[in-house]
Amino acid sequence: MGRIPRAYLMNRIVTLLLTIWIAATLIWIIPRLSPVDPADIMLGRMAAGAGAVENADQILEQLKENFGLNDPLVVQYVKYITNVITFDFGLSTASFPTPVASLVAKALPWTIGLMLLSITITFFIGNILGALMVWEKSPKLVKVAIPAAMVFTSIPPILSGLLLMWIFAAKLRWFPLTGSYGLTVEPGWSWSFVQSVIHHGFLPALAIVIVTFGFWALGMRGLMITVQGEDYVTLAKAKGLRPRYILYKYMIRNAILPQITAFALKIGLLVAGQVLVERIFAYNGMGKLLYDAILDQDFPVIQGVSYVIILMTALAVFLVDLLYPFIDPRIQHEGG
Amino acid sequence: MTDAPLTRAERRQQRRMRRFDNPWINPKLIWGIGLLLGIVILGLLGRMLWNLDLVFTGSTPLKLPPVGFENLRRQEGVWDYPLGTDGSGRDLLALIVIGAPNSLFVGLLASLIGMSLGIFLGFSAGFIGGRTDDFIRVISDVMITIPPLLILVVFQAAYGDVSLTMMALLIAAFVWQSPTRLIRAQVLSMKQSGYVQMARLSGASTMHIMFREMLPNLVPYLFGSFIANVTTSIVTAVGLEVLGLGPQRIPTLGRTIYEAINAGALIQNLWWWWGIPTLMLAVMFIGLLLVNLGLDEVSNPRLRKL
Repeated sequence: MGRIPRAYLMNRIVTLLLTIWIAATLIWIIPRLSPVDPADIMLGRMAAGAGAVENADQILEQLKENFGLNDPLVVQYVKYITNVITFDFGLSTASFPTPVASLVAKALPWTIGLMLLSITITFFIGNILGALMVWEKSPKLVKVAIPAAMVFTSIPPILSGLLLMWIFAAKLRWFPLTGSYGLTVEPGWSWSFVQSVIHHGFLPALAIVIVTFGFWALGMRGLMITVQGEDYVTLAKAKGLRPRYILYKYMIRNAILPQITAFALKIGLLVAGQVLVERIFAYNGMGKLLYDAILDQDFPVIQGVSYVIILMTALAVFLVDLLYPFIDPRIQHEGG
Repeated sequence: MTDAPLTRAERRQQRRMRRFDNPWINPKLIWGIGLLLGIVILGLLGRMLWNLDLVFTGSTPLKLPPVGFENLRRQEGVWDYPLGTDGSGRDLLALIVIGAPNSLFVGLLASLIGMSLGIFLGFSAGFIGGRTDDFIRVISDVMITIPPLLILVVFQAAYGDVSLTMMALLIAAFVWQSPTRLIRAQVLSMKQSGYVQMARLSGASTMHIMFREMLPNLVPYLFGSFIANVTTSIVTAVGLEVLGLGPQRIPTLGRTIYEAINAGALIQNLWWWWGIPTLMLAVMFIGLLLVNLGLDEVSNPRLRKL
């Protein structure tokens, strides 16, 4: 089991590299075709702050030099691609000499943390509920309540987020409205900090969970219906195994595998949804960084954030594709 | 044979059987289309019956609640502005009369263009095969991984204001991949089927085989994929609007939500300001979901429950 055929591996690696390259190139080309010049914007900001800027032309020249805007396009492109490989996106224009990479590095753990948490929870809840919808021993209520809850699956998490914020943060005040940890706690590995992070992360995670679990539940239901009719399930019943044991060890165990492939296709949408949830909750992750950068017209940060998120997505899809043959020994890849 | 009156259960059974004589008449599809038509009708009637000048900033008193409610300043809602007004003096009814059909329009247009591209590319890949197929397959594999929102953010941040149509075109550049993959896979399997072989042997042209023999069989899949793409397109458009991008001068639902969040509508308990656009979007998404589930029942008889 589990040996990945070379042709399949090559195919996946080529797709991964192409994805990264195309994304990086698009991100580079688009602003260059635009009539707006980042150096102008920055100068405008300095002028707004200081009243008047002496030697504006000199500064503009200097900035263009720093951003490498005076080189021929090909040179700029090659420089950009080499920089991107080393995660060097230059300096933020809004909070000037901070490197974009350090801003991204600060935001990334929050985003990844929130994402892993919400994805694990929805995957777990969704699959269990989907299985219960099919299982003959599950209570009537489950079979009525879950399909009704499916209606939520069509709603993007930003809308559920707004509703939750209003009810639980603004009205009931059970949870804080915005932020990813309290203003009074010192970041570190202390209990009060961890508590504060959980308290702040609960609503954003819940917003994502309630609109995504239905997707898994629907998929699981379809797979369970197929598994239900299999001979080995009938045999297990005939042997008199406990129904709960059959459900977990015989049915769910076999039905869950294709769900993992569905996961690879869903990552992109999940990521985009989470970026927006972070924006409305002002959660200290990539979403907020992106939103602030848009407000400030901070191109290097917008580019850096977009690139890193696309890279994350592509890597996640790649990993799921590679892990799949190990998880499901029945799968034989084309060329294998 | 006796003419004994049918029991209730039997009558219900009969009614159910009749209902499924025509798979297109199923409750999910009807409800879904009803909800979407409701939004279109709201847009049409609203344009005729309501004063749309109220969408301009400062045309109404600020932060009035909907009729029957009271805001924090103890002002009551008035019938002049039945759904309340926002923080810069715009009537919410006028906002949704213009905004809701716009969102639907962006979704439909983007999905329609994406679909046409997908049909063209999918058929080309499946039929021509070889290098063309490899190229189309790899590109659609690559593009399906890239979340459209992020590339569009870069685009709109660099270009500033866009029109609704422009936004739809931009989104369309990211929703052709799944129809392409779907059609390619179907074409590859159909190519081997008897009726296509038959058509080929009887000398039908490639165009004839593609559009007269194969395409009709793909219609249920195409519909499903189309509706799914409308949803994705609207989600992406709303996402851009909530980030403060998208059309700046036309009222959209997403932009209304953006302004509400920025003005602290959640803290000030101005629930109608963000809640009404949110509700409109939710109705739209639920309608699309129901249409999609209904179409599933049309194309997959096993899902029909008796």
